[in-house]
Amino acid sequence: MSCSHSGKDKTQLQVNAIREGTVIDHIPPQNLFKVISILNLHKITTQITFGTNFDSQRMGKKALIKIEGVFFTQEEINKIALVAPSAKLNLIKNYEVVQKLPVSIPDKVSGIIKCYNPNCVTNHEKVTTLFHVVENHPIMLKCHFCEKVMTEEHFIFI
Amino acid sequence: MDKIKFIHTTILRKVYLCYAFECVKNAANSFAMNLKNRSLVSITDFSKEEQLYILSLAQDFEKNPVRNLLENRVVATLFFEPSTRTRLSFESAVSRLGGKIIGFSDVASSSMTKGETLKDTIKIVSNYCDLIVMRHYLEGAARYASEISLVPIVNAGDGANQHPTQTMLDMYSIYKTQGTLDNLKILMVGDLKYGRTVHSLLMAMSQFNTTFYFVSPKELMMPEEYKLYLEKLKLSYYEHTDLNEYIGEADIVYMTRVQKERFSDPLEYEKTKNVYILRSEMLKNTKPNMRILHPLPRVNEIDVEVDEHEKAYYFAQAQNGLYVRQAIITSILGVI
Repeated sequence: MSCSHSGKDKTQLQVNAIREGTVIDHIPPQNLFKVISILNLHKITTQITFGTNFDSQRMGKKALIKIEGVFFTQEEINKIALVAPSAKLNLIKNYEVVQKLPVSIPDKVSGIIKCYNPNCVTNHEKVTTLFHVVENHPIMLKCHFCEKVMTEEHFIFI
Repeated sequence: MDKIKFIHTTILRKVYLCYAFECVKNAANSFAMNLKNRSLVSITDFSKEEQLYILSLAQDFEKNPVRNLLENRVVATLFFEPSTRTRLSFESAVSRLGGKIIGFSDVASSSMTKGETLKDTIKIVSNYCDLIVMRHYLEGAARYASEISLVPIVNAGDGANQHPTQTMLDMYSIYKTQGTLDNLKILMVGDLKYGRTVHSLLMAMSQFNTTFYFVSPKELMMPEEYKLYLEKLKLSYYEHTDLNEYIGEADIVYMTRVQKERFSDPLEYEKTKNVYILRSEMLKNTKPNMRILHPLPRVNEIDVEVDEHEKAYYFAQAQNGLYVRQAIITSILGVI
């Protein structure tokens, strides 16, 4: 599928190529909107195209996002590892893929997830949440404050 | 034969223990330096060696608990949730060392009733004292406080999360009664799901090659995350719903209260509450060195008859808290 980003086979994906920016590929379709939210894409003013339920040999179905004129830091990229660990980022310059970046799970996750423990101080005081990643597969987060460990089914994005 | 074996084992344990404590005492200066101005929120905030150092200091305080080490020092005890034993134990520890105490014992007498945030309370109080001892009903409150306070925080319980000074006094009690912390068999009974003391004690004692026995009603079994933690460390644990099952194996029987509010079905509570009562006759075939611990308060889970038994240690355990808290406070304030 990635050949479409080089501009040689644009018919496979029914979305436009971008001149310069980032393509986030191999997003699980059910988590597309979570990725948009985590990366604050709703606040970006450049052109954004996203599509979902594309056929994928590896994933069955996948979603992707193309963001014109925006490049992300590794820290920003890693934030989406919680919901799209298999995602790949393609950095585009002059319609060509110049770099492919995998997503890696960070050691800490700050400010994007709510603690699922209703009795945690972060749900009562104005405290930025912080979690330590204690397991990668399946991903498990330990709240820095109340020390409760939670798995993906408990993730609530802020 | 059993008695001879017990005496022999006890002597060996004491020799080993003296050696282990000598080692930490030799390195005392570096531990004292390391602990100064550190908060104690979770038992894992102190390393194994630092925990042993605190226990060795507690031993010294037990020999001589009245000293003027905290002259001109002010300790704030902020109890956002009521507590009798823990607060009095801390306040007694400070008073016997010549320190002053400020604070409150009930949230109703604090500015929280006016809507003040925890952040503001801690920021203000930390201007007035050298150390804050706090108990709070929210989990994570002590960690949060430690990150905004100008002075160190000692967690005296944050919701169902941590109570590290209780854990260290439990360790000290185990050490005093068994002569060692290594290779022991600990039977935990009662509410193993919500009880913060059993979770912290499990974490602490897992550093010493402990074998654990968990006895509880099905609703209150030890959570999976703690069992996984033991499995990762390759430590053995056994589970049962019958209190008689493992009592003969144990060096320590750690009793906890089964709380009514933990049951979704009141009938189930009524059926269960009398199953986990420790009675004198159940102690007949227990090991000679076995001792019964309980973080207290007790309701009915240990029959009052047991109080007079030589294996009942829970009241002495509470007294040990005084020395352990003296050791912790003086280490953090850097006066020892």
